[in-house]
Amino acid sequence: MAQTESRNFGHATEKPPGIVRFFRQWDIQLMVWPGLLFLLVFSYIPMYGVLMAFQDYSLFKGFFGSPWVGFKHFEMFFGAPEFWNVIRNTIVISLLKLLIGFPAPILLALMLNEIRGRVFKRSIQTISYLPHFLSWVIVSGIVASILSTENGSLNMLLQSLNLIQEPINFLSMPEYFWSILVVTDVWKEIGFSSIVYLAAIAGVDPHLHEAAAVDGASRLRQMFSITLPAIMPVIVVFLILAIGSLLNAGFENILLLGSNPVLRDVSDVLDTYVYRIGIQNSRYSYATAAGLFKAVISVGLLVAANYLARRSGNSLW
Amino acid sequence: MIKLSTGDRALLIGIYAFLIVLGFAAFYPFWNAAIVSFNEGTDTMKGGVTFWPREFTLDNYQIVFEDSRLVNAFVISILRTAAGTLLGILLTAIFAYGMTKRELIGRKYYMIFCIVTMYFSGGLIPSFLLIRELGLFNTFWVMVIPGLISVWDMIIFRTFFMGLPGGLEESAKVDGSSNWGILFRIVLPLSGPVIATLSLFTAVYHWNEWFTPSIYISNADLLPIQTKLQQILNSNIMSEQMQQMDSAAQGRINKMRTITSKSLSMATMMVATLPILCVYPFVQKYFVKGVLVGSLKE
Repeated sequence: MAQTESRNFGHATEKPPGIVRFFRQWDIQLMVWPGLLFLLVFSYIPMYGVLMAFQDYSLFKGFFGSPWVGFKHFEMFFGAPEFWNVIRNTIVISLLKLLIGFPAPILLALMLNEIRGRVFKRSIQTISYLPHFLSWVIVSGIVASILSTENGSLNMLLQSLNLIQEPINFLSMPEYFWSILVVTDVWKEIGFSSIVYLAAIAGVDPHLHEAAAVDGASRLRQMFSITLPAIMPVIVVFLILAIGSLLNAGFENILLLGSNPVLRDVSDVLDTYVYRIGIQNSRYSYATAAGLFKAVISVGLLVAANYLARRSGNSLW
Repeated sequence: MIKLSTGDRALLIGIYAFLIVLGFAAFYPFWNAAIVSFNEGTDTMKGGVTFWPREFTLDNYQIVFEDSRLVNAFVISILRTAAGTLLGILLTAIFAYGMTKRELIGRKYYMIFCIVTMYFSGGLIPSFLLIRELGLFNTFWVMVIPGLISVWDMIIFRTFFMGLPGGLEESAKVDGSSNWGILFRIVLPLSGPVIATLSLFTAVYHWNEWFTPSIYISNADLLPIQTKLQQILNSNIMSEQMQQMDSAAQGRINKMRTITSKSLSMATMMVATLPILCVYPFVQKYFVKGVLVGSLKE
């Protein structure tokens, strides 16, 4: 390092100024500037636009003409009658998904790893990836069809088992909504999410298993005492990422399955609230304030999760 | 083969049983939708269509394929996917190649500039108003342009490019090739797997994405099939649903009498999924690799 610096100093007199060198390498600068400009427009301008949460933004006055109002919209949001409901739904749905949706693919990977028959293993894998590639629109259509009161598969199954007498309208009953969300989410992503863990498991040294088997450890014991600890770093990284996006709660899924006003009390989360208030009711500043609130909490969660992980020896950065 | 202990055998049997149930659960809902789409609508209503179509018919599909609005939505989806994938991958790859150059002035700052966008965003409303200001409302390009560059894909491309043997580039430079020439004649032709993987993911995204058009496009002729399907599924009543279709299709539905709102929805759904079903089993090895490339980066 010291060497290169001294060499740079030695040549300082002959080296043309930065601006000249910049234009001399116009060919490679031309490769990156369209991308940078794109990010400037589509990422940085909206980031700056977040400031409209502190304005009374109106379409006619525009961003630069609208009056600044400080924390007015935040205060309104925190005082809104639906605020605690939205927060509760966001947290409960997110935690349920984390608690059930996060370990599920790890367990699936552990189980798939025990299978020796290649054909069977690959078939199960291929089938379990399928739902990931269906759009949420399709998934919601399938879910609505299964849960339908008119010959929906689930109602027919429950009726044939004599568990219920009359078909249940699952999609308009608040008490079932969270379960439906979690199940559809796990159903859609379990197979695809297991890919990473399977790859991590494939990297575990087989000698560890042989040694354990010689010592008389059962397969189940090996699963939890060898395989699981060996892939722990991967698990932690994904856990941090999952916590960072905790408040997302699954926007599309909720928007598509929970549009029924009967479900509003249990389906309203921060993202759908921002969408409803902002896009549908055109209260731009207020909705931006709600969105900014969510973003701040999310970044806080990510940093906190990473801090905890670093103390245990794994970290994102 | 090592002989399994009783406990191990019980475990293995349990795992097999569980995986079979899981495989069934993953596939059956889709299968059920598929058979309903091939069954006469009025017959489905009687119940009991579980594993196989009982009154096989192609009427549902006939309605879907002869409806000019649905066919139009299908074409829009194809155009969007093609444009979004081709332009997006091309621009992202060029961007990534520029970012591999050590001599690129400002490279470190450019990289930070990119990575910040992965953690922070303006959120829905500021983006919505920006799109509005840019005059992209009610245009085809609103589905393509805002997603052109993905920082994530750029980093994956960049990692891949940096792993290519450096000697090839050197010798091409000696032969007088320009940086752009090297990119298109040497680097990209060597990047088949990563291009295939990222193209697949981008194409699936564009094909499945329905939300952007639902908020930015009000002109029904510009809606892709997924957004159209969402509107159809949302209107549960047959008469409402038929308003989404053209008058010729409405006449045919009235004549056929066996079509129900469910059978029609399912047929539309199958048509909207078909391209993905055709592609995904064959490119599996690519996307498994792609997920790994992405996670290595993390």
